[in-house]
Amino acid sequence: MTTTGTAARTDAPGTDPPLGITATGLGKQFGDLWALRDLDLAVAPGTVLGLLGHNGAGKTTAIRILTTLSQPSEGAATVAGFDVVREAASVRRHIGVASQQATVDGLMSARLNLVTIGRLYGLSKSVAGTRADELLVQLDLTDFATALVKTYSGGMRRRLDLAASLMGNPDVLFLDEPTTGLDPMSRTHLWDMLTELVRGGTTVILTTQYLEEADRMADDIVVLDHGRSVAHGTPAELKAQIGDDRLDVKVGSADAVQPAATAVAPFADRPPTLDPERHMITVPIKPGVRVVEIVRALDDAGIDAIDVTRREVTLDDVFVTLTGTSRRDDAETDQAEGNR
Amino acid sequence: MSNSLMNDATTLARRNLEHIRQLPEKLTNVTIQPLMFVLLFAYVFGGAIQVQGGNYNEYLMAGILIQTLAFAMMGPAMSVATDFQEGVIDRFRSLPTRRSAYLLGHYFAEMLGAILTIVILLGTGLIVGWRTHASVLEVTEGMVLLLVFASGVMWMGLWLGVLVRSPDAVMGIGFVIVFPLTFVSNAFVPISSMPAVLQWMAVINPVSVMIAAMRELFGNPVTPVTKHVWPIDHPVAAAWIYSIALVALGWVIAQHRYRARTTD
Repeated sequence: MTTTGTAARTDAPGTDPPLGITATGLGKQFGDLWALRDLDLAVAPGTVLGLLGHNGAGKTTAIRILTTLSQPSEGAATVAGFDVVREAASVRRHIGVASQQATVDGLMSARLNLVTIGRLYGLSKSVAGTRADELLVQLDLTDFATALVKTYSGGMRRRLDLAASLMGNPDVLFLDEPTTGLDPMSRTHLWDMLTELVRGGTTVILTTQYLEEADRMADDIVVLDHGRSVAHGTPAELKAQIGDDRLDVKVGSADAVQPAATAVAPFADRPPTLDPERHMITVPIKPGVRVVEIVRALDDAGIDAIDVTRREVTLDDVFVTLTGTSRRDDAETDQAEGNR
Repeated sequence: MSNSLMNDATTLARRNLEHIRQLPEKLTNVTIQPLMFVLLFAYVFGGAIQVQGGNYNEYLMAGILIQTLAFAMMGPAMSVATDFQEGVIDRFRSLPTRRSAYLLGHYFAEMLGAILTIVILLGTGLIVGWRTHASVLEVTEGMVLLLVFASGVMWMGLWLGVLVRSPDAVMGIGFVIVFPLTFVSNAFVPISSMPAVLQWMAVINPVSVMIAAMRELFGNPVTPVTKHVWPIDHPVAAAWIYSIALVALGWVIAQHRYRARTTD
């Protein structure tokens, strides 16, 4: 893929050109609140970075800064080798953005939406038309190419939005929660398409609230919480940090919570989380432990377990493990992001 | 892949035209509504209003033209406010487009609408008996002045669109501004028929000056005023100054506000 531009690239001499994404100490303040703070990124070209976090964690703020829509309050970042503040125009020539809000035009056909965006990338009419038709085929929208977008389902809109982000053959692709609202089949299809793009050298940042998605797609994951990076690593490294499956145990009364935790402790590879209010404990269990062993241990300790459920690790567990706090007080950050 | 401002703006203007093709009823307020106004004043109110030295329908047309163009500021305001609400603007901003192209695109599309309005109004005017009684040069000057005025109005409308938080606010604010400006003027009745205080308001009202200028350039009846200020006594010169100032001011504040609103 060619990556020529008008502005000079800010490459460090003697090293490989940092044509993916870099960020150092990136921060964004809204009023008194830091929506993002001290974010460092180094995304190699042709790799996928997953930004994982709840609503209001700073994912969208990070994406808005990197796509030149928002100015950082502190720190610096480069995308495709260009500084996002000083060389914003060059950055825009090399990126594609599919945002959380599907920003396609309801009163135009899918094809015309894509052609318009192609024209704004500076493509000629015929090149834009050809590219639009290719993408409509790739995203399985050919049958609806001439239909007005306002008649589209949510999933179709998301696919069209993705097509729009690919019109300019971007070097770096930003996908803000790309699979929200997609059915499982479209989700798999989209993952396959992304894999194909990345193989072709495209760098991708995707934000997600789903651990599974980050695990499947990302080469590297950054976990954001309240605007700060709380963990960073490959999916495997992260998994090693947060452990294997979880076991939820519900007991009859608040008094039974502590004894239950003691009874299951031998099977846990890190301390269980106690929730006396809901009479629950969550146990990060060691690999290979069977549910029946835990039920037996609880029974031997004379504890009446109402429910014992084994499940995969969720994003909430990641936060409980990494930050030691559960996540029920996000109103403040959510509001700050929503107010923009 | 270098983009020119014009290329970006015409691409964006084509998007507005496509909206009209899909929703032709969007054009109602710049086509059928002014036509109804002509018929209403010509045949319902016109008989009751006396104009010295001429035919009321000839007096009326300049008033309706300027009033309709003034109300046309709501069009661009609605379009821009809706784009902001729907998040379309972030999409355009992440593309390698010139930042000023966005409003310029809306301006181009809205001016096509304004030209359509002028053609429909003057066509209806001819049917109800309006004629020009001036040289070709003067009538041409009048047409050009009308387009410059319309440009100024559109830029003010674009500014309003960037200013408001939601499209719903446009109608309310638009009416509060445009309604008194166009009715406390010489648009439909001679200023000398008003109470003294209103007469002062009407003679200093730039809308009166615009309308007087159009009447003079079209050779239509101009009713004398009893309160004298420089602009109303020299309407053509003053109308040019007002119109050009409106375009310049509108462009500056609209683009400035747009930049401010799209910077965070």
